[in-house]
Amino acid sequence: MKQEIFKIKSQQTIANDIVKMELEGNTDGITASGQFVNIKLDGFYLRRPISVCDYDKNSLTLIYKIVGEGTLAMSKYEEGAELDILMGLGNGYDLSKSGDAPLLIGGGVGVPPMYNLCKKLVSEGKKPTVILGFNSKCDVFYENEFAALGAKVLVTTADGSYGIKGFVTDAMDGLDYTYFYTCGPEPMFKAVYNASKTSGQFSFEERMGCGFGACMGCSCKTKYGNKRICKDGPVLEKEEIIW
Amino acid sequence: MVNTKVTLSGIVLDNPIIPASGTFGYGYEYAELYDINCLGSFSFKGTTAEPRFGNPTPRIAECPAGMINSVGLQNPGVDKVISEELPKLKACFNKPVIANVGGFSLEEYASTCEKLDKEEQVGILEVNISCPNVHNGGMSFGTDYKMAAEVTRKVKEVTTKPVYIKLSPNVTDIVSIAKACEEAGADGISMINTLLGMRIDLKTKKPVIANKMGGFSGSAIMPVALRMVYQVYEAVNIPIIGMGGITTAKDVIEMMLAGATAVQIGAANLVNPYVCKEIIETLPTEMARYNINSLEEIIGGAHNG
Repeated sequence: MKQEIFKIKSQQTIANDIVKMELEGNTDGITASGQFVNIKLDGFYLRRPISVCDYDKNSLTLIYKIVGEGTLAMSKYEEGAELDILMGLGNGYDLSKSGDAPLLIGGGVGVPPMYNLCKKLVSEGKKPTVILGFNSKCDVFYENEFAALGAKVLVTTADGSYGIKGFVTDAMDGLDYTYFYTCGPEPMFKAVYNASKTSGQFSFEERMGCGFGACMGCSCKTKYGNKRICKDGPVLEKEEIIW
Repeated sequence: MVNTKVTLSGIVLDNPIIPASGTFGYGYEYAELYDINCLGSFSFKGTTAEPRFGNPTPRIAECPAGMINSVGLQNPGVDKVISEELPKLKACFNKPVIANVGGFSLEEYASTCEKLDKEEQVGILEVNISCPNVHNGGMSFGTDYKMAAEVTRKVKEVTTKPVYIKLSPNVTDIVSIAKACEEAGADGISMINTLLGMRIDLKTKKPVIANKMGGFSGSAIMPVALRMVYQVYEAVNIPIIGMGGITTAKDVIEMMLAGATAVQIGAANLVNPYVCKEIIETLPTEMARYNINSLEEIIGGAHNG
């Protein structure tokens, strides 16, 4: 874990209530895809945990959904504003288990952490397939960005207004893959858990106090014992999950 | 050169800054960030006789200037704490620690304290009779002065180290409970635990916390904590570890003026993991600003005249 001050380079709305924020600062503290950062905002007591979409040495991309007053306030920060960020939080995805043709499944605001993961898998010579699930056409984002990485991309919308009509599991039918990685809402997780043919990793979300393992605010039970979503997670393996 | 040393029941602390139980785990998360040996001491995660998972999630809710938690004393149980956590803790902290103990019966408090009392690293036993997040535990002992005295007596009978009783603010008269603990042999008082609080989500129209209610802490509660420390200081002759919303070196000085010999920092650690280190570093400057040469001299200073 490291604390750094980042400067906002840009913020733009890229889909319904979905904001992309690009920041400048030292990302040395981030050590794996699927980790998150915890952001201090003026006027709010607790930090806001946001998954890392992408990063390189001096830049950080976050994509978040406006879900409450904190994220709404964050969306109004202007270019040049500075943010106090704790980073390198959580375990992140284990790429070593991917096999040659991993499947990446992102639902809604669970899509962003799939991006850096996909980028790394492609750079390792893997051939990922990406399923992006949304409710409706106005919610869709990052289809082209994943395609630009060289991944095969399938988009689903629950109302059928774009791509395949239905849920991510409808796109999973008939696909061949060696392993899967997923992030999204819990109902989607349960469906993916049941529909998946291989082992895989799920990135969970929970209300957190500290975000770095001190307060026990986000504990869950697993087959491997009690875990803190923020520190021992957010990524859990299929085999250990207790629904 | 200002003097930040304070003494709790014969144990000299380099400074009065102590991370509060439940906000500092067993120290390692913070030891990744800074050398935690700068702390006066620290109070480790509340320990019970048996392992506990704690309450269902969500356990956390945000408030203006604070937060509510309903963790419910999650811990691996006293035997594992002694066999696994304390040896690891020894690697990152070389001063006496405060062992925080929770319980659900008189016997449980006594047996857990008896085990921890034998551990060399433990300097003080802090008996939590004020957890608002568990049924039949904790707070029910802390809201009745007779029960509070009984817990104190039972623990004192089987231990040799200083025993501090951690009190609940969720009572009509905290002074009578503090006095009962003192009369039963307590060596000190830790106060205050969290205030019972609640939040409701307007979208779901349901309580945010799965257990509906939880313990409210953070800077918002400091005036309440300060008032209670002030009242208890007038009524007892044993040291008080003051806590509740302390966030800055100024807050530390204020709490000591009310009557605290040392202070604990709780929720602030979760927001700024460096807060204890920063307070320790700024204390000398703040002391100089207010013409304080020795912190020990200001304890209860607000009561003079």
